[in-house]
Amino acid sequence: MGERLERVPGIETSVVPVGEAASQPSPPGRNVSRFFRGHRRLALAGLLTPPVFWLLVVYIGSLVLLVFAALFKLDPISQKPTTSFTLDNLRASFTEWSVVKVVFRTVLIAAGVTALCLAVALPTSFFIAKLAPKWMRRGLIVSILLPLWAGYLVKGYAWRAMLSPAGNSFAAEGSGGGGFLVSVFGWTPGYGRTGVILALTYLWLPYMVLPIYAGLERLPPSLLDAAGDLGARPMRTFRTVIMPLLLPSIAAGSIFTFSLSLGDYIVPQLVTDGKQRVMFGTFINSTLGAPNQPLAAAYTLWPLLIIIAYLFAMKRLGAFENV
Amino acid sequence: MGNSRLSKWVLGLITAATLAFLYTPMLVVARLSINKANSVAWPPRGWTLNWWREAWNSAGPREAFLNSVKVALAATAIALVLGTLGAFAMQRFSFFGRNAVSFLMVLPIALPGIVTGIALQNTFSRRIDLGLFDFSVGFGFHSLVVAHATFCVVVAYNNVIARLRRSSPNLLEASADLGAHATQTFRLITFPLVRSALVAGGILAFALSFDEIVVTTFTAGAGFQTLPQWILANFSRPRFIPVVNVLATFVMIVSIPLAWLAQKLSGGSGGSP
Repeated sequence: MGERLERVPGIETSVVPVGEAASQPSPPGRNVSRFFRGHRRLALAGLLTPPVFWLLVVYIGSLVLLVFAALFKLDPISQKPTTSFTLDNLRASFTEWSVVKVVFRTVLIAAGVTALCLAVALPTSFFIAKLAPKWMRRGLIVSILLPLWAGYLVKGYAWRAMLSPAGNSFAAEGSGGGGFLVSVFGWTPGYGRTGVILALTYLWLPYMVLPIYAGLERLPPSLLDAAGDLGARPMRTFRTVIMPLLLPSIAAGSIFTFSLSLGDYIVPQLVTDGKQRVMFGTFINSTLGAPNQPLAAAYTLWPLLIIIAYLFAMKRLGAFENV
Repeated sequence: MGNSRLSKWVLGLITAATLAFLYTPMLVVARLSINKANSVAWPPRGWTLNWWREAWNSAGPREAFLNSVKVALAATAIALVLGTLGAFAMQRFSFFGRNAVSFLMVLPIALPGIVTGIALQNTFSRRIDLGLFDFSVGFGFHSLVVAHATFCVVVAYNNVIARLRRSSPNLLEASADLGAHATQTFRLITFPLVRSALVAGGILAFALSFDEIVVTTFTAGAGFQTLPQWILANFSRPRFIPVVNVLATFVMIVSIPLAWLAQKLSGGSGGSP
């Protein structure tokens, strides 16, 4: 995210019209540049209009339409949205326990994945940023990031193959054995919620390591030495010096791990058995396929609101500043 | 912190375990792609390149692969133009609503794919009446390009703005002091500065689009299939297990060097979306 990168103050007011008097010849580009120098607002509008127009029309426009789509009745016979207004979809989405329960479970899973990612990312990035030999650091951090690009489905598929219990039809085709986990470690959580948490942690872990590593790299080693000199034990240094300074980095990383887990439903489907609707996304998707488009639209307001609230909360923790 | 030898070893072991955790699943799939048995059971039995030959010769995956490449190229081109314009506007100017614009850039990737997907699907399927003329976007190649470009903008934007922030404004002033006008400064100073960031952003946007499945599912329509869609559709068919293994391995072999290159070009941590 753009805001994570450092912000250098004072660059906004660059391109000062110096050297104006020095040059006499007038090449063709000259007039254009003089025009834009005199019309900074026009230059800004020219730069800003295409991307903002695109995102407002295509994206924000669609989100607004989505909210409206939730307000229409469904024709019970044709199963198409009609044009008459109703609040029933919203009521169903926000008050029915069967729905709210899945939302709760999904938020808990996303929070659990975030906590697991944090638990793995903290020691790993601390080692890479502070303890590993200097020549190894870049290679190590790149090795952590590379799996991000190996393909989302590929990784989901890999977990489906690895988690497969013995005798499962997915693994048993042609041979009787189980997947990698069961034959190497003799144990597999099988397809289910544990598998979902494991696979999601695997998918989004690098997003947590990267900002924490960047935050630790900026942390002056003198601070750690000072804490040690003043008699703080490692755990105390960690709690009172490192953690407060790392909070914005952790918040930034958690945006990825939390929001990506919250909305995910394809990999969770791959690592669960058949009809289980573990994640809210699966729930929305099956409602859409029912087909009940207005109700599905009302359901999507849940993740929409949760993520926007989460983004604002993390902004307060400093996730968008200097991370 | 007392960097005792023990804590260093413990943390080093944890790091090694993390790397093993990250790479084992990918190695397992790569090994299964040359497995003689038509299965994901472990341990694999013998090895063969037959599945690779079969994947190469079957029309479905190849067509899906080409579709993915076409969509990713078009979406990347749009995203690079929009993201670069946005980055220059945000870096060179301060204006009212600047924070809102940066929020707007990030939103398509911060919101879950299913929200973006359903929202766009809903819009594309609608008849849009503008008074003078009405139309509906419909589904197919073009709707996928629009959808993918929307969430790829932020990647191009991030890479370019990170580069602009890191480069000194003195360069522009020096160029102006030496009598260069704005177009010359752009051609000789600014463009060479951001060129590698553009390449890196382009690669990452391409990878993001190529890999995307959720928004794709909602905006592709019935007649158009990308490679991730083909893989997803054939997961559950036992006959295709080996071919899926091959394609998964193929995707890793192609994308990991590209990602490495993008990391190198973007010069550090600015590369991830």
